[in-house]
Amino acid sequence: MDIVTELFSNLSLGFGTAALPVNIGFCFLGVLLGTLIGVLPGIGPTATIAMLLPITFNFEPATSLIMLAGIYYGAQYGGSTTAILINLPGESSSAVTAIDGYQMARQGRAGPALATAALGSFFAGSVATILIALFAPPLTEIALKFGPAEYFSLMMLGLVASVALASGSVLKALGMVVIGLLLGLVGSDVNTGAQRFTMGFLELADGLNFVALAVGVFGIAEILRNLENESDREVMVKKVTNLWPSKEDFKAMIAPTLRGTALGSVLGILPGGGAVLSSFAAYTVEKRISKTPERFGKGAIEGVAAPESANNAGAQTSFIPMLTLGIPANPVMALMIGAMIIQGIQPGPNVATEKPELFWGLIASMWIGNLMLVLLNLPLIGLWVRLLTVPYTMLFPAIVAFCCIGVYSVNSNAFDLYAVAAFGLLGYVLVKLDCEPAPLLLGFVLGPMLEENLRRAMTISRGDPTVFVTRPLSATLLLIAVAVLVITFLPAVRAKRDEVFQEEA
Amino acid sequence: MLKVMAAAVAAFGVLAGSAVADTYPSRPITLVVPFSAGGPTDTVSRLVAEAMGKDLGQQIVIENVGGAGGTLGAGRVAKSDPDGYTLLLHHIGMATSVPLYRKLPYDTLNAFEYVGLVTEVPMTIVGRGSLEPTDLKSLIDYVKTNKDTVTYANAGVGSASHLCGLLFMSRLETPLTTVPYKGAGPAMTDLVGGQVDFICDQTTNTTSQIRAGKIKAYAATVKERLASLPDIPTAAEAGLPDFNLTVWHGMYAPKGTSPEIVAKLTAALQKALKDPNVVKRFADLGTTPSTEAEATPDALKAKLVSEIERWTPVIKAAGVYAD
Repeated sequence: MDIVTELFSNLSLGFGTAALPVNIGFCFLGVLLGTLIGVLPGIGPTATIAMLLPITFNFEPATSLIMLAGIYYGAQYGGSTTAILINLPGESSSAVTAIDGYQMARQGRAGPALATAALGSFFAGSVATILIALFAPPLTEIALKFGPAEYFSLMMLGLVASVALASGSVLKALGMVVIGLLLGLVGSDVNTGAQRFTMGFLELADGLNFVALAVGVFGIAEILRNLENESDREVMVKKVTNLWPSKEDFKAMIAPTLRGTALGSVLGILPGGGAVLSSFAAYTVEKRISKTPERFGKGAIEGVAAPESANNAGAQTSFIPMLTLGIPANPVMALMIGAMIIQGIQPGPNVATEKPELFWGLIASMWIGNLMLVLLNLPLIGLWVRLLTVPYTMLFPAIVAFCCIGVYSVNSNAFDLYAVAAFGLLGYVLVKLDCEPAPLLLGFVLGPMLEENLRRAMTISRGDPTVFVTRPLSATLLLIAVAVLVITFLPAVRAKRDEVFQEEA
Repeated sequence: MLKVMAAAVAAFGVLAGSAVADTYPSRPITLVVPFSAGGPTDTVSRLVAEAMGKDLGQQIVIENVGGAGGTLGAGRVAKSDPDGYTLLLHHIGMATSVPLYRKLPYDTLNAFEYVGLVTEVPMTIVGRGSLEPTDLKSLIDYVKTNKDTVTYANAGVGSASHLCGLLFMSRLETPLTTVPYKGAGPAMTDLVGGQVDFICDQTTNTTSQIRAGKIKAYAATVKERLASLPDIPTAAEAGLPDFNLTVWHGMYAPKGTSPEIVAKLTAALQKALKDPNVVKRFADLGTTPSTEAEATPDALKAKLVSEIERWTPVIKAAGVYAD
């Protein structure tokens, strides 16, 4: 009972802060900005928050954090828009949404896809907010149990599962994962500082830029493919059937949304990589348990609902380590910590007790912000879908220009633009070879973390590899990975899979 | 004749220079921070830039040019027009990059004009909450007896925590297992989680965890106790004399920037460092602004030269390179 009363008194304190007119105003400004930058390909929340940081100097601390947080989760809503409409994920988390979302758009179902994404995100955001309010401190303790060995096993599981992202050949998907892993090797070795595959460019010392890679292999490649043959160019607007999901759509999205929310909430808490994994993991789970896995990659609504719920839940719960420990789970959280310091607040375990109105105000504002986002995004769907009617002679150059501005803004570095061009070409070649870019992206994201944690775990255990199976959490994760492998290659399952492909052929 | 011409040219130069300096700054100034936004150096830069901008009557815009341990951003400024509109705020890495990088894209001692020191952020030696030793002396004994199992975390090659670790090991003459991380955040996560044993890092990263009792603090690497953490002994008090180490930050302009402009910047920096808001925010970060005597071109140059001399042998002896 005590916990419940405490929660209510905390939440009422929070809503008291969050509902102040000035805070509501800046919360709205934040989510609006977030949606806009999310929609503009390439411009991510990190760059936007960095640019807006100085403006918040003169705000009250709560107001400033509420606005910055709004930008972050607002971008999660907006990011799915371009992924669905033009196959251009601005962030790793929406790369998965592009797989089925874009196919839905090509079938004239951009409206339902966008509505699914918005509704799923809203649900997930609301649940994750309650989760933060209820369990933030105990969840942090669990996250801290994750050492290098556990992370390694988690990444292993992620990689094994990533093959399920492919809708075509398993072999090609494996190949893509490996290319992704190799691309992830570029840069300074964390342990020794040795340069790997940087070919003398200091610009490559920190590795290839994720945004440049994603924009290139997804967006630019898609534009190139569309330029191939004038008569083949896709005019999607012809086939737009309805803007709102049908009854069947709603039925189909409920369970995936719930599962995606649960997965995203759990993985989002883990500092570093957790939130990235969540959308990939949610998609994989849906495809695994679906009775009709062959629909995935061809416009399955579950393939939009699950990862979108997962990434929004993950975005929300990634605030937990930041709020309770002052530890950033990703670059955006690092900026939030910077914002707190500039405001004279020492981020860390004491924020909740020393500044309860700020702590709970921020949490309450997340729910208000999510409500604003769904109200903002649903009416916009019609507008976004009409965007597809813009002639491609205007749309394509505009997309390329925005991509370049976005990529340049990350590090103010022209080198990243050459990278976009190179990856655009690579992406085009891959499209021609029927290879899908999503597993490549996952390999690229997970590879460096896998290596880093493997070496770190081995360093701490002084070269003893049993550490991965003697630590219970790590052993469990590895077991699940093995189980997934077995299921993938079990004769019965393979037969079913082959059958599926024959049906298609 | 030549002398006359030279004098004329010099006079013209001075005139032109002062004419430019009179109107300087007439547009916003870019301050390059060679690290990503949100980190300690970025925070320090933004606080100083805001105060300096008010004094100069022009906004100072921060541009984060991260990568390669700060050398990309420094290289960008080294190649910029020396017109006073592109400045650099860099930390101790300006000195340690000299031995760490075999191919620096600029000549550290000849590519910049010096505006002044900004702040020296103290460092603290801290251990996981469950680490047995309670003071620095027993920590040193513990480290020596358990040198095969003790792990020292750092935030990557060339980071402040890496440098402090090198110095600590060379003083103890005990090589330890080092666990590198990509940045101070993940390293602190694992220290709080008890995955690694100890680290020596900036107060900006450690203060809140120390205050919350999540980690153990053994010593501060400065001559006098910290106002923000008065219970922590200095390294000398705790039994490790002359173990002074700060992450000093300085402001630079490209070589050839006119002395008048540099003087204006130095004056604005000195004023900014006395701004009550800057002093207060720096205190929250566990540091203090440099004094007026330190916030001068000469003091910064002397610091840079002495730090290059100090760190080159330590880094060379460890045999580490960042490229």
